Amino acid sequence: MTQARRMPAPQPSAETQAFWDAAKQGRLLLRRCNACGEVHFYPRTICPFCFSDDTAWLKSKGLGTVYAFSVMRRGPPFALAYVTLDEGPTMMTNIVDCDLDALRIGERVRVVFKEADRDYRIPVFTLA
Amino acid sequence: MRAAGKAYIAGIYEHPTRKADDKSLAQLHAEVAKGALEDAGLSKNDVDGYFCAGDVAGWERPGTGPLSIIDYLGLKLRHLDSTESWGSSYLVHVAHAAEAIAAGNCNVALITLAGRPRAEGMQTGTKAEAAKGLDAPEAQFELPYSPTVVGLYAMCAMRHMHEFGTTPEQLAWIKVAASHHAQHNPHALLRDVVTVEDVVNSPIIADPLHRLDCCVITDGGGALVVVKPEIAKSLNKPRVKLIGSGYAPKYQHGGRVDITSSGAIWSGPRAFTEAGVTPADIKYASIYDSFTITVLITLEDLGFCKKGEGGKFVADGNLIAGQGRLPFNTDGGGLCNNHPSNRGGMTKVIEAVRQLRGEAHPRVQVKNCDLALAHGTGGALPTRHGSATLILERE
Repeated sequence: MTQARRMPAPQPSAETQAFWDAAKQGRLLLRRCNACGEVHFYPRTICPFCFSDDTAWLKSKGLGTVYAFSVMRRGPPFALAYVTLDEGPTMMTNIVDCDLDALRIGERVRVVFKEADRDYRIPVFTLA
Repeated sequence: MRAAGKAYIAGIYEHPTRKADDKSLAQLHAEVAKGALEDAGLSKNDVDGYFCAGDVAGWERPGTGPLSIIDYLGLKLRHLDSTESWGSSYLVHVAHAAEAIAAGNCNVALITLAGRPRAEGMQTGTKAEAAKGLDAPEAQFELPYSPTVVGLYAMCAMRHMHEFGTTPEQLAWIKVAASHHAQHNPHALLRDVVTVEDVVNSPIIADPLHRLDCCVITDGGGALVVVKPEIAKSLNKPRVKLIGSGYAPKYQHGGRVDITSSGAIWSGPRAFTEAGVTPADIKYASIYDSFTITVLITLEDLGFCKKGEGGKFVADGNLIAGQGRLPFNTDGGGLCNNHPSNRGGMTKVIEAVRQLRGEAHPRVQVKNCDLALAHGTGGALPTRHGSATLILERE
């Protein structure tokens, strides 16, 4: 079972344009705080943990584990999920291009990028 | 809240409609306001404080919603509060009304909720959580993944099952209990008693939640009137006093996601401490029931059982009035009766007041019900929501 659903384009802001520019080139960016050392998601310029403004982009290895998911059964099935990245943060995503009926919490997954409207590419995950 | 014991819920009204094709949104607000004031034995001109949330007509133009509805209703006010916390807003409003009364800012507070999503054609499992502006900071990181409300709560259920071994049959017992109560409510949208088998054999909407794990979508609304003690004592109703409240938002916390507990882990203890009571003292509980899993997680978070043991707690009819340890949602709740405007907090307070007054249906009325809890979970449990707990006492 794959994901046939076309994704809507995100609406980047000045704060997040770099994230979506990187995604178009197949890179998943996270944000790390140089003051407290914590990595967060979704990215903000001011750290949501310590409120320092000394934050910078960090390229994710794109690997993680499935924290939770649900296969939506109204219409063409797709898997809404949370994936915990190896860098720490858990992000909302979809799991694609695999047997959704066999999907389990704890499975290893890797990031891939799906075409969205207006040539954007969206980070989603498939089995590693 | 530092206003415990200084305000009473004197008027309640739940609109009897469940589909309002022939009514406007503002009209529904006016009808529930009129109903609650008549229930209290007060008039519109007694109202000097008004509380509303994002369901008021015109909210889409920021700043105009509350003023528009005040104009429509013809209220002469000295206090306004439009705190918005999705479905839990109305529990927050009760606490804020008590604080405003204790501070002398108003004497008679009116709280209204209304909506008509069913007339507008909404169906379960089709609406993205973010019926919100695209400038919400998280929208670009969530909307591409189509996070329907049921899909988000389904992930909570999936994770709870993974961590604690909770089963679909245990979740189903929550709907079974609600249906036992709804059969006695002539206004309930769904009045048929269902079995565990009926629930787990209904179609899957989002794994592992079935159609019967989901609340109804209904039109209508409700209203409350909160008054100062001197006024409560002059009215011809059993007196229902607010003795404790708590509020807490919970969210994804920068990616430190934990979706098997809600903000009730914080709002509950605050309310119990202020009221000076414990979960074991509560005779009746109105628990927000957008989905069966919402109830199970909330009961654990409020301390009615340990984290992870909610499945065992709700099974075998333990939430059914006359049978179980903790009668809940005796109007049939959002699961069977009413979830107006997709905001269940108002009806949670209303049924708790009915129980404390002894005005619930005789088949579900809890004997000597002198202490009740009402809890709201507004928003989506895994992403961001506001939890509000009220503890109410019959004087």
